[in-house]
Amino acid sequence: MSTTAIPRGDLTPALLDKYEPVIGIECHVELKTATKMFCGCPNVFGGEPNTNVCPVCLALPGALPVPNAAAIDHLIRAGLAFGATIPVHSKFDRKNYFYPDMPKNYQISQYDLPLTQGGVVRYWLEDGSRAECRLTRIHLEEDTGKSTHASADGRLAGATSSLVDFNRAGVPLMECVGEPDLRSAAEAVGFLETLARTFRELGVSDVKMEEGSLRCDANVSIRLRGAADYGTKAEIKNMNSFRSVRRAIESEIARQINVLETGGRVIQETRGWDESAGVTHSQRSKEQAHDYRYFPDPDLVPIDVTAEYVEQVRATLTELPFERFVRYVDEFGIDSKRATQLVDDAPLAAWFDRAVTASQNPQATVAFVLGDLSRLANESGTPVAAGKVTPDALAELVKLTSSNAINSKAAKQVLETLWNEGGSATALVEREGLAQVSDRGAVEALVDQVLAANPKVVDDYRGGKTNVLGFLTGAVMKESRGKANPALAQELLKEKLGAG
Amino acid sequence: MDPITDSAREIAAAVNLREISAAEVAERLIPHVARLDRHIGAYLELTPALMRERAAIVDRRIAAGERLPLAGVPVAIKDNMCLTGTHTTAGSKILRDFIAPYTATVVQRLLDAGALPVGKTNLDEFAMGSSGENSALGVTRNPYDLDRVPGGSSAGSAAAVGGFEATLSFGSDTGGSIREPAAFCNVVGFKPTYGRVSRYGLIAFASSLDQIGPFARTVADAALAYDTIGGHDPLDATSVDRPLEPTADGLREDLHGVRVGIVKEFALANLADAGVRACYESAYRELAALGAELVEVELPTADYGLATYYLIAPAECSSNLARFDGVRYGLRVDGDDVGEMYERTRAAGFGPEVKRRILIGTYALSSGYYDAYYLKAQKARTRVAEDFARAFERCDVIASPAAASPAFGFKAKSDPVAMYLMDYYTIPVSLAGLPALSVPCGAVIPEGGTRPMPMGLQLATPLFTERALLGYAHAYERATRHAERLAPVEIAAA
Repeated sequence: MSTTAIPRGDLTPALLDKYEPVIGIECHVELKTATKMFCGCPNVFGGEPNTNVCPVCLALPGALPVPNAAAIDHLIRAGLAFGATIPVHSKFDRKNYFYPDMPKNYQISQYDLPLTQGGVVRYWLEDGSRAECRLTRIHLEEDTGKSTHASADGRLAGATSSLVDFNRAGVPLMECVGEPDLRSAAEAVGFLETLARTFRELGVSDVKMEEGSLRCDANVSIRLRGAADYGTKAEIKNMNSFRSVRRAIESEIARQINVLETGGRVIQETRGWDESAGVTHSQRSKEQAHDYRYFPDPDLVPIDVTAEYVEQVRATLTELPFERFVRYVDEFGIDSKRATQLVDDAPLAAWFDRAVTASQNPQATVAFVLGDLSRLANESGTPVAAGKVTPDALAELVKLTSSNAINSKAAKQVLETLWNEGGSATALVEREGLAQVSDRGAVEALVDQVLAANPKVVDDYRGGKTNVLGFLTGAVMKESRGKANPALAQELLKEKLGAG
Repeated sequence: MDPITDSAREIAAAVNLREISAAEVAERLIPHVARLDRHIGAYLELTPALMRERAAIVDRRIAAGERLPLAGVPVAIKDNMCLTGTHTTAGSKILRDFIAPYTATVVQRLLDAGALPVGKTNLDEFAMGSSGENSALGVTRNPYDLDRVPGGSSAGSAAAVGGFEATLSFGSDTGGSIREPAAFCNVVGFKPTYGRVSRYGLIAFASSLDQIGPFARTVADAALAYDTIGGHDPLDATSVDRPLEPTADGLREDLHGVRVGIVKEFALANLADAGVRACYESAYRELAALGAELVEVELPTADYGLATYYLIAPAECSSNLARFDGVRYGLRVDGDDVGEMYERTRAAGFGPEVKRRILIGTYALSSGYYDAYYLKAQKARTRVAEDFARAFERCDVIASPAAASPAFGFKAKSDPVAMYLMDYYTIPVSLAGLPALSVPCGAVIPEGGTRPMPMGLQLATPLFTERALLGYAHAYERATRHAERLAPVEIAAA
């Protein structure tokens, strides 16, 4: 058992370059359904312990499971979103092992005939680069209850007693198994983030990490770069945030490099991630692995999925987060950071798309949407899509700005008024007389006025302190009560100062 | 009108016509059963308060103009079916103190139909056994010879109806647990097609084989009971969602035009006891005399039935019984850690036969053995079902012994395999999921016995042909009246 922390600093770039990490992710995601997987209890988080239970999810003698059709539908939807195959025949199996928070002492899961097979998750990383990871399968199962152990560290070992809450027992869970296609912790996080976004978009899960509705394990191995065979893998468990996924994988890669570099051998085992210590520690070796004695659950009949049903579900799929990201970046020319911001707020993205359709100017639109509009939304606590500014009104504003009909200061003012009152941007500009003054003669008069009023500044400029131009431009804008075209004002100022 | 000896049809008719009240039925039964059951031991728990409560409800409903199919009919429930507020033990120490907080679908349907629950009946622990002797909680005696077993696993349910301690009773049949004790106790025992009757609330032994069915003193009563409990239940995913064909109005008086299959592999010549052999030879002649055409059919895989069953049923039970762990309900024996608590609880709570089957089943499902045992058994099961399907191309109903012997004495089958062999004729039918029943077909004085003991004829038909099956059985019963020729042992009023 090795629990020594290995700081990343100990690993030289040469060492990190010598080895290639190979990572495969398995994650459990709680499905969003009205009821639990095999009984009529509400599928809700929390509650007083053992209040959201019935004979079925408590595994009372004689109780029988009945599958939740909505959960099966969600799984097929999730699979199709990633291009998975939906086999005609599927079934539920029992995974047998004893644990106090598992009421039946077997979990109803799927073994050799999962509801979805294959598929590819296309995702992007924080830096905007794109990658893909194949899925082995997504299958349906039920969640367990929660144990609380009365020991110093909350672990079963050493506990004098344990409390079990079965409220979560029987909540529908999908297990997504990814192929070992990931090559870094960053890729693992990118993969998981896109999985989570996609499940939210599909409405199959809320993916609330803080409520444990996404839990993931990572299989990590390393090999010499260029090697064909995989190294021996360790399975890392107990990572409950994307941050801990990144840290745990990085720490495990470092540990394995250290083991190999000191002449050791990585053993196949399960390792737990210790968030506070920042290390993984050995939990169980392969020799101690469970024999789950899988067999088809005789309480449940096989699931037959017709091609018609699959096509019905497929027809309801709309643009997915990855596709949206690609459209924003490739078609709209939005940078990946802002594209991600939009994609991660589906209602905002939908609102944005309507505004772009009206404005035909994605760049200017995104600047408003993620700039002043988001600021107003944050300040008021009302999401953009629920506010009074309509996509059409914003599109008008974009057009008014890009055609120089109003200047940016006025635009800000129009937007604030629209946010508070709604209505049309064009009408507002007219009503408030905010149209930008681009009439050369009118602006020239103001410029002359300002130059006459500031002889000292004019001398400074002519003496070489050209940075006073900003002050003078500001003075012109002030004289025009913000309506002068600032570019024109500056141009005229330069002209007159240079001529003097 | 005698609510102790009359049929369920007669009692329901009388109560519906208000010739007798359900309350009067209950008051007749309660002291009668209390007296008799001290000798027979059919019941693990009597429920007189519930019986009176239900009788009052039935009388109110009748007074309000309702007609109920089982109005005032005294029924006994095998103690592996949940009934709110009653002990539901499965005959096991591990559930000795378990009180059901919900009611099984079948039991609810009985209550809704006006039945009066007399009590919960004894059984082989978790329905594993063929004599009743595996119960951890009591001894049930055969009402036709108190020194002999009633059969099992539905020991108490068979004894209750055979001994006139209930008009109808309900058992579960996994490999013969209704049919064999019915044969031993001179009653009709009927196992419907797998999936016809809801298992919700039945403590599982082997989920893919378990099926609830009735015991009755006449085929007509068995049909009435089946019509009441059968049909789709949304709480049981294996319950079949297709309309139930009523059987009570399909009862016939002859067997003209009916082809009765006699299984070549079940040759009566193989029966060791000459009396038993003669009894079944006579039964087949009686079928022919009713107009049936007897045809020989082959079930080449019949001999593999027992081996197949004793892999599949234990495999399923090893998983089904995992929930009895001391964590949430039932017996708990504390230990130093949770693993030790599991071990101590299950070691103290389960009897030897249950442990044997859990061990066999765990082994059969283990990595490296699954293909050789469990998977192979599933393939064999398919072959058995195919054999039956082929046989039914040549006949309408298959007749065979229900058991190879009449009821035997206590402790006569100490070798587990000798006990398993009691289900030799019933198990293949269970593997195929077919509807089948045992109907009284005569009596034999067993070796060492003094009294003639009842025998049962097994009839089995294709899937979902309960109506035809009960029709044939009715014709045989009405023509032969074997059950009426025997009476339970006299139990002195004391």
